[in-house]
Amino acid sequence: MTTQATVATSDEASDKILVDARQQVLEKGIGLTQEQLEDVLRLPDTALPAALQLAHEVRLKHCGEDVEVEGIISIKTGGCPEDCHFCSQSGLFDSPVRGVWLDIPELVKAAKETAATGATEFCIVAAVRGPDIKLMNQIKFAIDRINEEVDINIACSLGMLTQRQVDQLASWGVHRYNHNLETARSYFPKVVTTHSYEERLETCNMVKEAGMELCCGALIGMGESLEQRAELAAQLAALEPHEVPLNFLNPRPGTPLENQGIMDGKDALRAIAAFRLAMPRTVLRYAGGRELTLGDLGTREGLLGGINAVIVGNYLTKLGRPATADLNLLVDLNMPITELQKTL
Amino acid sequence: MNRVSTATAGFCGHCGEPFDGGSGPTSDVHGRCGERLAMEPPRYCTACRRRLKVQVTPTGWAAECSRHGVLAP
Repeated sequence: MTTQATVATSDEASDKILVDARQQVLEKGIGLTQEQLEDVLRLPDTALPAALQLAHEVRLKHCGEDVEVEGIISIKTGGCPEDCHFCSQSGLFDSPVRGVWLDIPELVKAAKETAATGATEFCIVAAVRGPDIKLMNQIKFAIDRINEEVDINIACSLGMLTQRQVDQLASWGVHRYNHNLETARSYFPKVVTTHSYEERLETCNMVKEAGMELCCGALIGMGESLEQRAELAAQLAALEPHEVPLNFLNPRPGTPLENQGIMDGKDALRAIAAFRLAMPRTVLRYAGGRELTLGDLGTREGLLGGINAVIVGNYLTKLGRPATADLNLLVDLNMPITELQKTL
Repeated sequence: MNRVSTATAGFCGHCGEPFDGGSGPTSDVHGRCGERLAMEPPRYCTACRRRLKVQVTPTGWAAECSRHGVLAP
């Protein structure tokens, strides 16, 4: 397990950091700056419950009590030409993940199963640099079939897009588009060398301008410094995405980060609080790696510490908690699931 | 389609290495693999060590070996 060293902060200093954050974020709705986020990420363990409580209050005040539930599925697995060092689907690494295409009937079946959990979002993901004509045609066909049979919002994650592809997806009724920044600009070249941070930003900005909701996430625990974690939160906040999925590294066999180790659970909770305090109105979603990093207890703490959305069930190549486990937890916490309201 | 049973396994479904003579992936050598297999689908055919074609869905997974067919969850 890797632990991010926290700077010893006195109780008095911790109190001041949280009092200031309460006034700025809870009362005024203004997210913390990068420097302020660094302070939150350095809070000692003794101040963590108070930080999570504040993040929870911020979430309740600015987002409400609902929790948004989503299911995700891979339509094209493996064989990606990019070299994202955390990803088992890169064709450049000696990963055991083989290339697979999902057929449309199976995709529709998965959408139905996802909707049956109460989820309002179904995200179709492809391991590609960007979609080609074949994939775009399949996506169009899939969207039409799902819309015929399932009442659920459709999101896509297909890598980097051209303006034409952005316009096509928007016209087909794609509700939300996912394209993660993954890590801080200053750390990005250590994680990805086959495309740039700016290319990612370009797709994100085109998605927003086309009127689709932008889902732009983070993957933490890849060896970035605490300062870079704060930098990432601030850069995401500047982008103003509708949703931020928060992933924790689950080191994958055969990838350059396979020996990175698992992030410390308390550091992960500090990051959850910090991301909420950076983005008081954003949907902050639990995504991959939480099972390993936080376990059952930590999952509960995060939902009471700023998280207001979950990916239910399995991920793209890994298994998640059973959907019922998360749904029962939401019942225990008296957190209602967001009801479906198609926006497009 | 054939269905492969882990009861006849010669290789670990997680790492693809041969079993050490234990009763399954919870043996000493593959203890971590057994933990992993509770959280992710197998990636190798336990009969022949070929990499499996695996499709994960929100509520399940399916795996197929080109030689031995479908592996049941």
